[in-house]
Amino acid sequence: MKSKGRQTLRSLAVAAAAAVLLAGTGPARAAGGELRVGMTAADIPLSWGQPDQGFEGFRFMGLMLYDALINWDMSSADKASGLIPGLAESWSVGEEDKTKWTFKLRQGVKFHDGSDFDADAVLWNFDRLFDKDAPQYSARMASLVNFRIPSIVYDAATNTKGWKKVDSHTVEFTTKSPDSFFPYQICYILLSSPAQFDAVGGDWNKFAQSPSGTGPWKLVQIVPRERAEFVPFKEHWDPTRQPKLDKVITIPIPDPNARTAALLSGQVDWIEAPAPDAIPRLKQQDMVISSNLYPHVWSWHLSRVEGSPWNDVRVRKAANLAIDRDGIVSLLGGYAVKASGHVSPADPWYGAPGFELRYDPDAARALMAEAGYGPDNPVKVKMMISASGSGQMLPLPMNEYMQQNLAEIGIEVEFEVMEWQSLLDRWRAGAKAEQAQGAHGINVSYTTQDPYSSFTRFLRCDLHAPAGVNWGYHCDEEMDVLLNNASLAFDPAERDGWLAKVHTREVDNALFLWVVHDVAPRAMTKQVKGFVQARNWFQSLTPVYME
Amino acid sequence: MLNYIIRRALYVIPIGLGVTVLVFALVHMSPGDPLSAVVPPDAPEEMVQELRKAYGFDKPLPVQYFTWLGRVLTGDLGVSVARGREVVEELRIAVPNTFILAAGGTLLGFTLGAMLGGVAGYFQGRWIDKLATSVAITGVSVPHYWLGLVLVIIFSVEMNALPSFGMGPGGSTAWAWDAEHMRHLVLPVITLAVIPMGLITRTVRATVAEILNQEFVHALHAKGLLQRQVLAHVVRNAAPTTLAVMGLQLGYLLGGSILVETVFQWPGTGSLLNSAIFERDLPLLQGTILVLAMFFVLLNLIVDVVQSAIDPRMSRR
Repeated sequence: MKSKGRQTLRSLAVAAAAAVLLAGTGPARAAGGELRVGMTAADIPLSWGQPDQGFEGFRFMGLMLYDALINWDMSSADKASGLIPGLAESWSVGEEDKTKWTFKLRQGVKFHDGSDFDADAVLWNFDRLFDKDAPQYSARMASLVNFRIPSIVYDAATNTKGWKKVDSHTVEFTTKSPDSFFPYQICYILLSSPAQFDAVGGDWNKFAQSPSGTGPWKLVQIVPRERAEFVPFKEHWDPTRQPKLDKVITIPIPDPNARTAALLSGQVDWIEAPAPDAIPRLKQQDMVISSNLYPHVWSWHLSRVEGSPWNDVRVRKAANLAIDRDGIVSLLGGYAVKASGHVSPADPWYGAPGFELRYDPDAARALMAEAGYGPDNPVKVKMMISASGSGQMLPLPMNEYMQQNLAEIGIEVEFEVMEWQSLLDRWRAGAKAEQAQGAHGINVSYTTQDPYSSFTRFLRCDLHAPAGVNWGYHCDEEMDVLLNNASLAFDPAERDGWLAKVHTREVDNALFLWVVHDVAPRAMTKQVKGFVQARNWFQSLTPVYME
Repeated sequence: MLNYIIRRALYVIPIGLGVTVLVFALVHMSPGDPLSAVVPPDAPEEMVQELRKAYGFDKPLPVQYFTWLGRVLTGDLGVSVARGREVVEELRIAVPNTFILAAGGTLLGFTLGAMLGGVAGYFQGRWIDKLATSVAITGVSVPHYWLGLVLVIIFSVEMNALPSFGMGPGGSTAWAWDAEHMRHLVLPVITLAVIPMGLITRTVRATVAEILNQEFVHALHAKGLLQRQVLAHVVRNAAPTTLAVMGLQLGYLLGGSILVETVFQWPGTGSLLNSAIFERDLPLLQGTILVLAMFFVLLNLIVDVVQSAIDPRMSRR
């Protein structure tokens, strides 16, 4: 018996020694590790160049595989994220002709397939989006991004193109009219490899399976609806964006509860947008919650068509004074920032509005009385809202909270609740459309990342349906002048000054009912290190590593 | 018998055509623009129109139907609007994944259902019958979605014992019948099995109880047959009804459960349908529903044939 015990001990010792030896001689654990990300998207974003799935598609596919001529600076969590050189080293607008932009391209840049990036590649990529006769033209890809670059010249009838090669590393763009917002438009155009397109037989669907861009990550596997795997592109042109991780795996998990369970059960290391009520539990389990202000606003977009009660500025201001934003922030578990306008005071376009979006029901009631309304003569409004949706946060409880706030000052709100895509259909159709069914407002959350998305598309008189998404048919000629001045100001400080005036006027006239800015909470395990949450819809995974 | 099989097989043709009409009509009758989910809301109208033309959505519905039917007859189910992938290719990936889940659900649900139902029917009115009936009613009544979430909370989040989603560390492409991957099957299979288990328990119980009260069973006892020999006759007589219910349930399981596959992120046909519905991806939706409906039709054909083999009266009808 004793001898058997000694034998067992000896066996254990040998096994332990072997294990130590094996551990010592085995392959060293890679420094960066593997990061598994649970995305909110229901599928892997399109990987052929221009992604779908909104800005999450840019975040977890587009900007991982590709670069634009101008990139977003995602290196800092402390300041508003601006534009920095990408595949273009520099760009300038013509001294005489302000519709001409010259882009000097970066030398020595390679696509993932090893081919060279040059001016021809830039022209090829723009043809891909506009020129229906080009073999690489993709209507689907064009539909995903062309609306973001409204300034560029293209006339199909005469085949006039606003992009031209000057030399192998210089490209000239032409805009329809002078437009200082052009750099903000060009940063959404991600550049794919022409050589790879040829290599896969000129088929974009095949290209999507083995894409090639110039971005810091390469796609090594894509399984529809399940996962995409990325590894570092070691020849990336920017050494400061060389990925530290060995691999990133993105997994679509659209349901927030499923994402939380996946993180808590150790199947992923990082989840996007945990439900606010799950955050205390996640913290309890030692998860790290990262959040930061970013260019997002949750608001009610008000109808200004004839007969809308929002045509009276006193009603608009009263509504803005009636909302208990602190209460809504609490409802969101503290993961939101009270709105004091369309953009936050930390934004260079905030300006100096005189109208303060405070919670002051008495002042609101006084304004309502002045406008001829009160508890005995309430204003009745119908709002179109969604039950969920990208960037919508918690639309039902938030809207119900506002409904109670507004009832206290004599605004009775009736909701038309619909599915997110239906709401977007109605948003595109505009307030005068039959689908709007006489609604006085619509609740769609917005990006305020660039001047056009933030202001122009909602405020310019000519951008109502079908030309654009000025849903409420707002029209103010003075505002149009300010917007025009901003787009004619090519000095960034001067342009920002005009945009600040736009915002000041917007707030002082209470053109929207602003509620909160999202702070994009994301939860991750303690092992995830190095992440810098930029004040941007897009984020970079290049500095992230696993401890 | 052969005539019956041929006649029954020929029925599949008009049924299949009827299915295509129904699938097409249902998908196109549902509200909403097929492009609204795939085109960003800011996209200009002319771009939307261009895409509408490119996908053929600008043509009259009968033209769209016959174009689609023509392609379907050649095995081409079209291309997904949202993803740009061949619908056939999407189904080639999703169907086997659903079959894996359905196989687990069938094995568990049918075995438990047959056992519980048989025991309950044999011991009708006794405590074991009441217990089995309670389990069956619970199984039929519990919402899939809720049960799946509860199982995830208990076994994945609290106990950290089983994975909460997916088909394994490498996804469906790396599926293997090993312990690591089987762990991913446990929770979805249990969730999927409860309804068929409940239904089959109740069917078998009722059938067995009814047969046990029939005169021929008393005659068999009177002839001096052993209890197990009598039971063999009971089972044979209960088989056609049970088989019919099992066939329907198998059809449901092979069709994939949208709820179970969504809760567990199982990349099968249920997930595919879920994506197609949310993205209003008409070609994907049409193709998937059609294939699932045809599974159902073919499964019913097989069940009918097997039933008639077991019970010759069926083929004479």
